[in-house]
Amino acid sequence: MSKSQTITEADVRHVAKLGRLRVSDDEVHHFTEQLAAVLEYISKLNELDVEGVEPMAHPLELVNVLRPDVERPGMATESALVNAPAKMPPYFKVPKVLGDGSGA
Amino acid sequence: MNPTETTLTELRDAIAGKAVSSAEATRAYLDRIEAHDCGDSGLNAYHEVFTERAMARAQAVDKGDVTGPLAGVPIAIKDLLCTDYGHTTCCSKMLENFKAPYTATAVQRLEDAGAVILGKTNMDEFAMGSSTENSAFVTTRNPWDRDRVPGGSSGGSASAMSADLCAASIGSDTGGSIRQPAALCGVVGMKPTYGRISRYGLIAFASSLDQIGPFTRTVGDTALLLKVMMGHDPLDSTSANVPVPDDIDRVDEAPKGLRIGIAREYMSDSNDPAVAAATQKAIEVYRDFGAQIVEVDLPHTEYGIPVYYIVATAEASSNLARYDGVHYGHRTDKAEDLIDLYCRSRSEGFGDEVKRRIMLGTYALSSGYYDAYYSRALKVRRLIKNDFDSAFEKCDAILCPTTTGPAFKIGELADDPLAMYMNDVYTVNSNLAGNAGISLPGGTATVDGKALPVGVQLLGPSFEESKLLKIARIFEAATDHYTLRPTL
Repeated sequence: MSKSQTITEADVRHVAKLGRLRVSDDEVHHFTEQLAAVLEYISKLNELDVEGVEPMAHPLELVNVLRPDVERPGMATESALVNAPAKMPPYFKVPKVLGDGSGA
Repeated sequence: MNPTETTLTELRDAIAGKAVSSAEATRAYLDRIEAHDCGDSGLNAYHEVFTERAMARAQAVDKGDVTGPLAGVPIAIKDLLCTDYGHTTCCSKMLENFKAPYTATAVQRLEDAGAVILGKTNMDEFAMGSSTENSAFVTTRNPWDRDRVPGGSSGGSASAMSADLCAASIGSDTGGSIRQPAALCGVVGMKPTYGRISRYGLIAFASSLDQIGPFTRTVGDTALLLKVMMGHDPLDSTSANVPVPDDIDRVDEAPKGLRIGIAREYMSDSNDPAVAAATQKAIEVYRDFGAQIVEVDLPHTEYGIPVYYIVATAEASSNLARYDGVHYGHRTDKAEDLIDLYCRSRSEGFGDEVKRRIMLGTYALSSGYYDAYYSRALKVRRLIKNDFDSAFEKCDAILCPTTTGPAFKIGELADDPLAMYMNDVYTVNSNLAGNAGISLPGGTATVDGKALPVGVQLLGPSFEESKLLKIARIFEAATDHYTLRPTL
């Protein structure tokens, strides 16, 4: 997290890809500048010695919760499909996953 | 009586006593929305108004078909709470046409208590922002000065409450998104303890931080809403199974032997003079009341924003992965294959701030950076929590400002994410620690000849909302700030 590790345009392209976002060259440039400024501020955390501190992922002491194994109605197919961008009831419809079919 | 110039509790009592009908009250609020909320120079606090449904509900209350502790009172809800009527959009193009198949528990409890839901309020897209300028649809204005922001992300709910466009409103607070806009709009805003109100049906931003809470005119009104909304919900495994105290709405029972903590980390020289004066005035109120004023240390306060922008974005990057253009939400019409469908749908559907946070969170969780960012942030989060635990051994509540200054101008911070993030500097730590916080009207600052509200904040230990409200009521009763209303 030192200054030399400030986020680069290549990093931004990489995380955009991981996050399934398309970003134009202009956007990459702009986002890199903004994220670098935020990360530089975040690097303040390096001032602290956190050796031996237990990480805190959640405010509550959580235990796994199971509901009683009792049959109950689920969401109806029609309800699940109400917001579908494309559908062929009872299915959601999506583009071909395997390209144009000429080879997969 | 004028039903739009009362408190929630007074209106509830007036409807119950037949001094005014719910239909009259609901019509009065709808008329006010029509007059002040719409058009380019309107407040734009609402994204969707349920005129017909609200009137039908009000008439059902008047006929006696709907009863309960909130029977007939018109309430507005932030547009990230699912309702099985109207739309639930998070003010994102991604969910512009989304119709939720179920209703959030918090909203259902309001409905079961007889409330009339007036509409859905504007917000920063997916609750990411501090000004409501990140809404994909419209910018909400501050009723005290229409050139200024109402704060955010629950800016629509705050603006609506401030302008009496509802008798109360509901928001959510992930890093300050109820308390900061409450301060900037001059109303009461509370974030209860994490887990106090079910998040079932609250569209997730950062799941270990998100908490639902109310905006009201008075502390007593907040107590009334908390009594209805709080409590365990089997549909949210992170909702706390801690009983809601019976005395939560008896806010006038002032606690004895009160100790109020002051932390110098919150008394920065960079606070606006009006903010500093409001906090000082509150210290005097509590001293006059007979409380002991004690100094407490919260040494890790300044690390809250850095921790938050790792934890919240990391959780957001995961939570928002579900928007893939397949089952619901925006779908591109240009997809070549499935991966292209995801990427184009998300890029077309999300605004810049959402993209920035997804990228930042993805970066913080990515291979090679996890330990340096995410893991380290979780450890500092523990240190922040430990600070509060030590402080609450010495005091019943910590008194501090809600924000460093009054509302800023629309556009002023729009392309400076870091400056925008600093808005939450005094609120974010109680989200990280999970404790309770309330912002109270603290008077006004005069900027460019206009009066702008500032807030005073009280932070209390987890699950002690009942005591925190009683402490807040002491300040409210000693001041008339909460009676101030903007001129529309």
